[in-house]
Amino acid sequence: MTDIPVAPPPKSRLRLALESDVFYTFRRSPVAVISALVVLVLLVSAIFAPWIASTNPFDPASLNLMNGFTPPLEPNAFTGDSFLLGTDDQGRDVFSTILYGMRISLFVGVAAVAFAMVLGITLGLISGYVGGWVETIIMRVADVQLTFPSILVAMLIFGIAKGITPVEYRDQMAIWVLILAIGLSDWVQFARVVRGATLVEKNKEYVQAARLIGRKPGAIMLRHILPNVLSPVLVIATISLALAIIAEATLSFLGVGAPPTQPSLGTLIRIGQGFLFSGEWWILFFPACTLLALALSVNLLGDWLRDALNPRLR
Amino acid sequence: MLAFIIRRVGQSLLVLLIVGLVAFSMFNFVGDPIDNMLGQERTAEDIARLREQLGLDRSFFVQYFRFLQEALQGNFGVSYRQGRPVTDILLERAPATLELAAVSGVLAILFGIALGVFTAIRRDGIWAHAIMSASLIGVSLPTFLIGILLIYVFSVELGWLPSFGRGDVVTVGGWKTGFLTESGLKALILPSITLGLYQMTLIMRLVRSEMLEVLRQDYIRFARARGLRDRAVNFRHALKNTMVPVITVIGLQLGAIIAFAIITETVFQWPGVGLLFINAIQFVDIPVMAAYLMLISVMFVGINLAVDILYFFIDPRLRADRTGGH
Repeated sequence: MTDIPVAPPPKSRLRLALESDVFYTFRRSPVAVISALVVLVLLVSAIFAPWIASTNPFDPASLNLMNGFTPPLEPNAFTGDSFLLGTDDQGRDVFSTILYGMRISLFVGVAAVAFAMVLGITLGLISGYVGGWVETIIMRVADVQLTFPSILVAMLIFGIAKGITPVEYRDQMAIWVLILAIGLSDWVQFARVVRGATLVEKNKEYVQAARLIGRKPGAIMLRHILPNVLSPVLVIATISLALAIIAEATLSFLGVGAPPTQPSLGTLIRIGQGFLFSGEWWILFFPACTLLALALSVNLLGDWLRDALNPRLR
Repeated sequence: MLAFIIRRVGQSLLVLLIVGLVAFSMFNFVGDPIDNMLGQERTAEDIARLREQLGLDRSFFVQYFRFLQEALQGNFGVSYRQGRPVTDILLERAPATLELAAVSGVLAILFGIALGVFTAIRRDGIWAHAIMSASLIGVSLPTFLIGILLIYVFSVELGWLPSFGRGDVVTVGGWKTGFLTESGLKALILPSITLGLYQMTLIMRLVRSEMLEVLRQDYIRFARARGLRDRAVNFRHALKNTMVPVITVIGLQLGAIIAFAIITETVFQWPGVGLLFINAIQFVDIPVMAAYLMLISVMFVGINLAVDILYFFIDPRLRADRTGGH
């Protein structure tokens, strides 16, 4: 038996990820681990809401008006039914409405950020790479939009879009209008960061080499520059997600967002506020806690990611 | 310097013109005002008469020109929902919002600066740490939840303060004020805390970080070496030099307070401009939306312009940079 030095087998992707610096700092930060767990639990329960929820709160057949205003974990005076988090005025199980509401909140949040990201990255790449008057126009628009608070911009877009859609489609379209409004109010950050990074990258040798061998500008932007500017984008996306969830909740709470037929967490809080004075605190309390947990943990995760991906701060 | 000011004013006017175009397009392409103003039982004559009354039968350019002309005179037409001139409605509602914003602004500035200085001077104390952690949670809390929480504690449970409205108001020279009655002052407390809290945390964190930066400088060390008392060093030397960026941010936040008043006014049913705007969105009342948009743009653009120009007077370094570059 002779000892032949054997090269170690190539590491799998999972192994590489587990041994990376980012994962190391993740394990060492209890705040990040707990927030990630909270986000994961909420995300999974939102996705599997139809299987977890005891009733579908939007199926009128499953509702019993006699069950209205049942406090949490107490049997109803008429039917004897008991609910984990109580019921609202129409006898809907609050736990189920929260699961379904979170689904809408998360869907709107993720879709709005994705929209803002695609728009922002595209405009940022173009203005950084192409330059000239295209850049001037895009960045001027960004500057103008930045002078106004994004929630105000979102409200205005929502108002205009609502006016354009015919009355009978307004409730159905509300979710999409919301995504459009929040996405359009949030693209500027992505565009600015991507433009800044592109300006740095486009003078590097690998880009010049790609240009020399005759690759088209579109291909250079997407295949060469984009992968190198993604890490700040990831950080902004996480923090934007927390902001988008809060923005959606705020708009819905104000009555200019998700309609009562498709309630998000914000709509549920709006409905619950009406019962604050009559003592049915649970209709408001539990959706509010869920929203807080969601927004806070995504926010903390974003903070951690920012520190982890920024070597200067380490 | 004059060239810079002229250019900035020109840019501001351009922004306002663009916003004006957006506002005008809203009139033209969004919804049908006739639909909104007349009920189900309308006749063709009703529609024709109203179209003429509102000037909707004219061409695009005539309407745009008229819009600009009227807007410059502060006339934004008639609210589709209330059937009254928008300017009247806005003027009637403005005092409520301005009083709320003023009180929140003062609260935010006073407490923000005081807490910022405190957390900077006692940076390792238990209280400073507690305040900083609380401010982190405060930033993540949506404004409307803070309002609801305050209502729950102080109106529902304790019953000390009213949860909605402005209380009794007194008219002084056409201005309806809530400052002069007990119920008016009581009604101001919760909404102004709700509105001011976010700006307060912002100012506090800024003052703290600026102050920590300044306290590290040599001239502070020198002042201490001269044997000056802590109080004199902290307030006369350090605080004074942190104020330049702080004043800028405060200026920019003034506009934000009025915009965010929309949320607070809805939570507390405060009869101000913000609540009017939200109701206008819900009912697609375009003239009110457009007028609010123009009003708030003039404010934001004006504040930005003022802050930029103020910089020249406050910070001589900037002056040298700009003029040297041209």
